[in-house]
Amino acid sequence: MAVVEIEKLCKIYTIGSVQLPALNNIDLSIEEGRYIAIMGPSGSGKSTLLNMIGCLDRPTSGRYCIGGEDVSKLNDDELSLIRGKRIGFIFQSYNLIGQLNVIENIELPMFYQGFSERESAERAKELATMVGLGDRLKHRPTELSGGEQQRVAIARSLANDPLIILADEPTGNLDSESGAEILSILDDLHRQHKTLVVVTHDEHISKRAERTIQLLDGRIDRQECNHER
Amino acid sequence: MHWINVKKTVKLGIKSLWMHRLRSTLTMLGVVFGVCSVIAMLAIGEGASQEAQEAIARLGSTNLIVETVKPPQEQTDTGDTQTVRKYGLTYADAESIRNTIPEVEVVVPIREIDQEARYLNRKAAIKIMGTIPWYTEISPVQLTRGRFLSSTDLHHQLAVCVIDDQVARKLFTFDDPLGLDVRIRGSYYRVVGIASKTAPAGMSDTFGTQAAKTIESTGGVAGNIYIPLTTAKSRFSEFAYQISGGSRSAEKVELQKIIVKVNSNEQVLSTQKIIVALLNRLHKKQDYNIVVPLELLRQAARTRRIFSIVLGSIAAISLLVGGIGIMNIMLATVSERTREIGIRRALGAKKRDIIIQFLSETLLLTLVGGMLGIILGSLIPFLVTYFGHMPTVITGSSLVLAFGISAAVGITFGLYPAHRAANMDPIESLRHE
Ligand SMILES: Nc1ncnc2c1ncn2[C@@H]1O[C@H](COP(=O)(O)OP(=O)(O)OP(=O)(O)O)[C@@H](O)[C@H]1O
Ligand SMILES: [Mg+2]
Repeated sequence: MAVVEIEKLCKIYTIGSVQLPALNNIDLSIEEGRYIAIMGPSGSGKSTLLNMIGCLDRPTSGRYCIGGEDVSKLNDDELSLIRGKRIGFIFQSYNLIGQLNVIENIELPMFYQGFSERESAERAKELATMVGLGDRLKHRPTELSGGEQQRVAIARSLANDPLIILADEPTGNLDSESGAEILSILDDLHRQHKTLVVVTHDEHISKRAERTIQLLDGRIDRQECNHER
Repeated sequence: MHWINVKKTVKLGIKSLWMHRLRSTLTMLGVVFGVCSVIAMLAIGEGASQEAQEAIARLGSTNLIVETVKPPQEQTDTGDTQTVRKYGLTYADAESIRNTIPEVEVVVPIREIDQEARYLNRKAAIKIMGTIPWYTEISPVQLTRGRFLSSTDLHHQLAVCVIDDQVARKLFTFDDPLGLDVRIRGSYYRVVGIASKTAPAGMSDTFGTQAAKTIESTGGVAGNIYIPLTTAKSRFSEFAYQISGGSRSAEKVELQKIIVKVNSNEQVLSTQKIIVALLNRLHKKQDYNIVVPLELLRQAARTRRIFSIVLGSIAAISLLVGGIGIMNIMLATVSERTREIGIRRALGAKKRDIIIQFLSETLLLTLVGGMLGIILGSLIPFLVTYFGHMPTVITGSSLVLAFGISAAVGITFGLYPAHRAANMDPIESLRHE
């Protein structure tokens, strides 16, 4: 079953009287358990597409279904619910909340889904241990390295056991060593049959994915499968 | 939003407020002073009005107090020799009030004389109240020892007296006054009773008629000594001599007061009219004045209402200023935390969750501010009472009101910033730095 189904999706930004098509007639379907890379030059619409898949934005036209649910028909609260339950975000700049420590940051998605305090604390601890931060639970983001912060972000994205994990240039701010750590965690997730969509500029990263989608000016330019894996 | 999360939301609110301690404290001050002024003002207002009402109530709501006033006129500039000015209430007035007005229950004439009383080598400035036994009907005299004046005392012009405990303390520091003799102007008066804190001796003066005299009578006179009216009449001259600018003048006043008691509150005003009509016929000059406690009570209520409105407006303005300060800071906080809001929204927070988060922060600020305001506002009345010698009353309802107001301020001025936070576009917020 396809987790994500996109048909003739367009996103047009209007600035003043100028219309900027950021996404143009995108058709895309992502099966469960796939590892997809999205590549393309700057401004080609990668982040826009990812935000669309992540229900942070609505398409101007076209159809988008996630887990069989048509997003265009949902209201703001229902979109929030989908983001909270079915989607895990990993950002280039980590986007952890500075006031909260590691555990509390990982708990955040569960907080909004009404988990009990004990349940969410337990699960957060589990996830932190899984990404190798079992001994840093009470640290603030500012007390962690970039790679560690990104690992917290990955743990957080897994908190509600989402249908799909979306990562926008997850290694963009990292040196190659900690970048590699992050990528190996993503590989692990893939091995656990999580569905992954990763936006990247890096050929090496896209090689790890099963399929690479090349965007150009808001269009899918070409798709290639990496069978050698 | 689940109930479990309330605790966490509050904890989070405290955390982020604590991170900006100075800012939070300064913001809170507006509410603190607002609430503080509400409570202090209400306490002072309530104290003043209760004092007034108690004073009036002590005069008796079914009483009418007719008192002698010096007519304002004819400083007859003949300038020389002796002139005797006769004015004021008379025994005849008291008689005719009693005989002509059927609603009247009791009429009590009072003759007041400022004198000096002695016992052994001690002396005290006192006020002699020459009156009749029915004085107890119009004023609640509480006897701690002995009895009040009797009709036998009155009939036989006996030299007996009832002293109040102020006098007792001053003259008979260690002795039991009962049965001992007080000396006034060379005559001895046997003490037959001791009254505790007698009420309206100079009370009616409190209400504007003779303000100057009030100060004198409370400041200079230690207390009251009650003697039979007949005794007072026979032993003390009704003439008072004054020397002013070389010429001697004399005044003759028979009675200082006539207190009239009617059956019920409804008859007070009609009786007042009849008394005025009656006295106007008997007196050529305006040398008397009627104080109606019931009327005063009503006036006091009116004054209190105006007082409350004025104080309320002042407090409301200060709270408004405090509230605007809070809104200002919360708007700054929201724009500072735009990115955090974006993150939360991306992780599944609904608009409602964001609203609750920021509203609870504002509420925390105002409620803690309100609490501090209540504490501070409860201290101020004590200081006012202690240093300003003004009565104050902190009512429970004023505390509840102040707390409610601070909550209302929090919600009113927190709602807009919270709404603004909730309605930000998630993507834009995430991109914000
Ligand atoms: N909120 C917006 N308003 C107007 N135009 C926008 C907005 N967001 C994106 N765009 C435009 O849409 C196009 C695609 O932007 P997008 O952020 O998706 O690019 P990208 O592929 O992620 O680029 P990069 O690799 O630099 O991150 C760009 O031309 C951008 O200017
Ligand atoms: Mg991008």
